[in-house]
Amino acid sequence: MAECLCAGGGRKFVSIFVQSLINGLNQGAIYALIALGYTMVYSILRMINFAHGDFIMVGAYTMFYTAPLMVSYGMPPWLAVFAAILACTVVGVLVERIAYKPVRNSGSMSALITALAMSLFLENLAMVLFGGNPKTVVKIFDLPMIEILGAKIQLKYLLTLGIGLVIMIVLTVFVRVTKLGKAMRAVPQDREAATIVGINVDRIITVTFAIGSALAAVAAMMYCSTYPRCTTDMGSMMGIKAFIAAVLGGIGIIPGAMLGGIIVGLIEILVKVYIAPGWYEAITYGILIVVLLIKPSGILGKNVGEKV
Amino acid sequence: MRGEKVPVLKASHLGIQFGGLKAVDDFNMEIGESELIGLIGPNGAGKTTVFNLLTGVYQPTEGAFYLCGEKMNGKKTHQVVEAGIARTFQNIRLFKKLSVLENVKVAMNKDMKYSMIAALFRTGKYWAEEAETDRKALELLRIVHLEDKAGYIAENLPYGEQRRLEIARALATGMKLLLLDEPAAGMNPTETAELLDIINHIRDVFGISVLLIEHDMSLVMKICEKIQVIDYGVTIASGTPEEIANNPKVIEAYLGKDEEQEGSYA
Amino acid sequence: MPKKIKTNYLINFIGLLVLFAVLYLLFENGVFGARTNYFKGIATTACYTIIVVASLNLLVGIMGEFSLGHAGFMSVGAYASAVLTNAVADKGIPDFPLFLLAIVAGGIAAAITGVLVGIPTLKLRGDYLAIVTVAFAEIIRVAFTNFEITGGGRTMSGITKLSDFYWVFWVMVVCVTIMYMFIRSRFGRTVKAIREDYIAAAASGVNVTFYKVMTFTISAFFAGIGGAIYAHYMTAMIPTSFNFMYSAEFLTEVIIGGTGSLTGSIIGAAFLSALPEAMRAFARYRMLGYSIVLVLVMIFKPGGIFGTWEFSLSRVLGKLRGKNRKEAA
Repeated sequence: MAECLCAGGGRKFVSIFVQSLINGLNQGAIYALIALGYTMVYSILRMINFAHGDFIMVGAYTMFYTAPLMVSYGMPPWLAVFAAILACTVVGVLVERIAYKPVRNSGSMSALITALAMSLFLENLAMVLFGGNPKTVVKIFDLPMIEILGAKIQLKYLLTLGIGLVIMIVLTVFVRVTKLGKAMRAVPQDREAATIVGINVDRIITVTFAIGSALAAVAAMMYCSTYPRCTTDMGSMMGIKAFIAAVLGGIGIIPGAMLGGIIVGLIEILVKVYIAPGWYEAITYGILIVVLLIKPSGILGKNVGEKV
Repeated sequence: MRGEKVPVLKASHLGIQFGGLKAVDDFNMEIGESELIGLIGPNGAGKTTVFNLLTGVYQPTEGAFYLCGEKMNGKKTHQVVEAGIARTFQNIRLFKKLSVLENVKVAMNKDMKYSMIAALFRTGKYWAEEAETDRKALELLRIVHLEDKAGYIAENLPYGEQRRLEIARALATGMKLLLLDEPAAGMNPTETAELLDIINHIRDVFGISVLLIEHDMSLVMKICEKIQVIDYGVTIASGTPEEIANNPKVIEAYLGKDEEQEGSYA
Repeated sequence: MPKKIKTNYLINFIGLLVLFAVLYLLFENGVFGARTNYFKGIATTACYTIIVVASLNLLVGIMGEFSLGHAGFMSVGAYASAVLTNAVADKGIPDFPLFLLAIVAGGIAAAITGVLVGIPTLKLRGDYLAIVTVAFAEIIRVAFTNFEITGGGRTMSGITKLSDFYWVFWVMVVCVTIMYMFIRSRFGRTVKAIREDYIAAAASGVNVTFYKVMTFTISAFFAGIGGAIYAHYMTAMIPTSFNFMYSAEFLTEVIIGGTGSLTGSIIGAAFLSALPEAMRAFARYRMLGYSIVLVLVMIFKPGGIFGTWEFSLSRVLGKLRGKNRKEAA
C-alpha cells in the first residue's frame, strides 16, 4: 500500500486500473454479444438455449480453419468471420429445426433437456472431429497498441467494444422499426394471436435463431482475437455466464443483455486483478446469484408474477 | 372464544394496489357462521383478487381481515389455510398426475403426524395413519360423489368432476370458511344442479361458511343469503338477492349506462 | 403392516440377496480371472452412480425441478469424507466403521450445503433454478481448487481405499430403499403435489418452501454419500472432475431412465456408467451417443424410457404364477 502513495505508484495504479477497465469492457462486450443471442431466443421460446454457447465454439473452430486460408489468399484474416457466420447460422437453424421444433409444445422441462442435449452433442461431436487438444487461432486483427493515461491498450479491445455497441444499436432499431422485428416481438406475446394476424411463427423463430447464431459467430471472432485458443468446451461455461448476464440485465431486453454482459465482464476482470485471482469465477457467480435472488427479472426488467 | 358475535370472516377496508392501479379498494365484508354469501361483479371487477387477498396469495396494501377474530394479514397461503380458509380456483388447479384420492390426501397432510423415521421404517403408526387418512378422504369423496373414482388420475376426470374434486380437496383442509371461485363455470344445468346440492349439503353437514364467486346469476340468486357486488374493485351494492336484483347501480354495472348505450348506437 | 405388503418386501429382499450372492460367487470364484478386480470396480462405479442418479431423480422426477449442479453436492461429500478419513487415518479405526463414518460424514456435509443452497434459491423455479445450481456447483468447485486441505487445485491423493464392492452394494440398497420409502409417504406425496401445482399445494395447506428445501437436502445428502464412496474408491481426485459435464451426465441418466422412476434411475445409471467402461472403444463416443439418445427420448418418449413405472419382483412372480396356472388349466 505504501508504494501506491508515491507519484510513480499512483501513475502505475491508474494505468493498471485503466488497462483492467478496458480488458473488462472487452470481456464484457464478448459476453454481451453472446447474451444477445440468449435473450432473443429466450424471449421468443422461453427456453435457455444451452447450445448457444457451443455455437461460439463452432464459430471459433471455423475461424481456426478458415483464417489461415484467408491469409494464404492474401486477404485479412478477420474476413474468416463470414465463414464463421455462415457455419454458425447453419448449425443454429439446423439445431432449431431438428431438435427444438419437435419439442416446442411439450413443456419447459423437455425444452431445457433438449437444449442441454444439443449442447452435449455439439461439444462431443467437436471432440470427435477436432480432438481434445486446444487449437491456436492465427492473429485475427493486426492492430497497434495505444496509450491512454499511461496504460498500454490493445486497440482491438476498443474495436470489440465498438462492434458490440453497433450491433446492439442496430438490433434495437431492427426489432422496433422493421416489420420482421415487430413480428419477432409479437410472437412471444401470444403465439396464436400472431398466427391469426398472419405471422409465420416458424419462420420468425428460425430467423431469430439465425440472427442469434450469427451474433455468436461475431462473438467467436472477438473471443479468438483476445484469447487465440479454441477448445471443445469453451462454449458451455462461457455460455452459462453470458446467459446469467442476460438475466442480470433483464431477459428479453436487448440493452439489458448488453448491460449485463458488460457488468459481468468488468466484475470478472476487476476481481481477477484486484481482489482474488483464484476466486474470480466464484465471486462472479456469487454476485450473479445474489442479483438473481433479489430481482429475478433483472436490472432493466419488469416484475411479472404468475397469474392465479 | 370471544363471545358468539365474532364473525367467521371480517374484512375491513381491505385494499391492494398494483403499481398505481387500485385493484381492490375499501372492501368490507362480514360472514357469519354457516352463512353463504355471493360475490359478484362484471369481468375484471376484482373478485378473484379479493380471493387472492383472503388466501395470502397477495398481501393487502390497506386494511385487514380477520378469521374468527384472528388477524390474517401477513400470513402466507399455507398459514391462512391452516387457520381455516380454503379455496378452489377459477381455472381448475388439481394435482393432475396424482390420483383422485391422493389429491385429497395432500390437503390432509398438515394434520398427519407420523415422522420421517416412521415413514422410512414403515412403522405401525405409518400404516395406521395412512389407513385412517384414506378412510377420511374417501368420506369426503363420497360427499362430492367421486368415491368410485378414487383411483383415477385426476387429469382423466371429466370437467365437472374435476371441479368437484377441487371442492373435496378444499374440504380436506378442515376449513371454517370455504371460498369457491366460479364453481359452476363450464357446467351444464344438470351438473350445476348437482353442484348446488353438494354446496348445500356441505353447509349442513360441516356448518361452514361459504363465499362464492359466480357468473351464473340464477345460481347465486338461488342459494346465497346475501350478495355483495363489486365493480372496478369497489363495492357498489350489498344485500339480499331481491335487493340486488332491483338495484339500479348493479344493473348499470352489468348492462352499462343507458346513455352510453344510446351513444354507441347513435 | 398389511400382510400382502410384508410378503412383497420379503420377496424383494430375497431377490436382492440372490443378486448379491450371484455377484459374490462370480467374483470370488474368479470367473473373470485376472479381470475380477476390474469388473468389481465397474460394479462399484455403477453403485455410487445409482445413488447419485436416484438422488437427482428426487429433484427432477418427484419435485419437478432441475439441478444442473449435482456433481457439486457429490464433490462436497467426496472431499469432506476424504478430509475426515485422512485426519483419523492413524487412529486405528477398523475399515468398516471408518467406511460408514466416511459416507455418513460425506452425506451430512452435502446435506448442510444443500440447506444453505436451497433456502435462498428454491424460491426460483425452472430455468432460473437450473442456472443457479450450476453457479453454486461452480463456486464449490472453485472453493475446492483454492483450499489447501483439498489439494489446492492439484490432485488430492492418498485417500484410504475403503469402498469395497460388497459394502457399497448394500449401501446402495439401503439408500435406494430409503428414497423409495420417502417417495411413497406423506412427504413424497406432498412434494409431488408441489411439482404438479405449487399454488394449489399452498392453497391445500402445504408449506411449499419447507418441503422443497427438505427434498433438496435429502437429495444432496445422498449425492454426498455417492461422493464419499467415489472418493474412497478412486483414492485420488481433482475438483475439475466434478464439473458441469459430470452434472449433465447424471441428469442425462435420470431423463433417459425416466423421471420419477427409481427403477429407471437404477437401470439408467447402471448401464450408462458401466457400459462405456466395459467397452473402452465406445468411451470416445459415449457422450455423443447419450446426447442423441436424449434428444430422441425427448421427441418420442418425453417421460423417459421407464416413465414413472416401477419394477416389482412380487408382481413379476405373480404374473409368472398366473401364467403357469393358465397353462396348467
